[in-house]
Amino acid sequence: MDSTERLHETTGAVAVEAHARDHAHPRYLLVWLWLALLTAAEVAVVWFTALPKSWVVVALLIMAVWKALLVALYFMHLRFEPLRVAVLASSPLPLAVLLVMTVLQEYR
Amino acid sequence: MEGHAMPYYGGRAPETGLAVYTQKVGMWVFLCSEVMFFTGLIGSYIILRFGASETWPQPGEILNIPITAINTFILICSSVTMVKAFAASEMGDKRGTRLFTLATAVIGATFLGVQIYEYSELLGHGFGPWSGLYGSTFFTMTGFHGFHVFIGVVCMTWATVKAFRGGYDNGNYQGLEVLGLYWHFVDLVWIILFTIVYLI
Repeated sequence: MDSTERLHETTGAVAVEAHARDHAHPRYLLVWLWLALLTAAEVAVVWFTALPKSWVVVALLIMAVWKALLVALYFMHLRFEPLRVAVLASSPLPLAVLLVMTVLQEYR
Repeated sequence: MEGHAMPYYGGRAPETGLAVYTQKVGMWVFLCSEVMFFTGLIGSYIILRFGASETWPQPGEILNIPITAINTFILICSSVTMVKAFAASEMGDKRGTRLFTLATAVIGATFLGVQIYEYSELLGHGFGPWSGLYGSTFFTMTGFHGFHVFIGVVCMTWATVKAFRGGYDNGNYQGLEVLGLYWHFVDLVWIILFTIVYLI
């Protein structure tokens, strides 16, 4: 690849990122409101419900993952990044699950 | 190479393979390693928790949920000001950039202050890292997270000074974006920790 091709590829990358940026300003305050409501809901589930413990745990985990996804997708802009960045960002997740599951099996 | 002028991006040339500038790629790789670091801590906690579920304290029995819920909200607010600082910088809003970077540093320091208050209350009641598995896992996880917030606050203070000196003006917002990724990651980890350590 000569320098001219490299230049075109580089400026193309700038254009791709600039294009992504055009869509990279979601309603941050709406995301913030969702995060606040979900945090309040988590506390309410623990304190004000008579649900079985297993249901409470499932509900809490769903809300925690929901909140984490809101932060990752909108505040960290993963939703607007090229697919390869999202793949890079999520690459440790299977390893993390594998680590916990493996040690859990060994523990039992 | 001779005879062809290459554009200068001030060290922020996009990585052509990912169509993203190199500092951002570097931060994402670092955050991947951080995911594994916190997975080790959280995974250990989960395993120990299930192994001793009969003797493990119930939510709110020792830890103060209302104060921590408010602190969680505080950290969420700091993520909003962080992303608003980046957005302001990207749009060339100098005043907004300065205001929101300052707000992020102050709110982050507030989170740390509340955590120090929580620690002092717990230690005052005799609950410390020596208080069995529960105490050691609690202080290890929240302590490491607090250390990450502390590093973030130091960086945000530096970023605030830089913003007031015009360091993020004229489209030079990449540093703020990379710092923001770190800050949001710390927020994300706390969201998981709050649920697993305080509520379950």
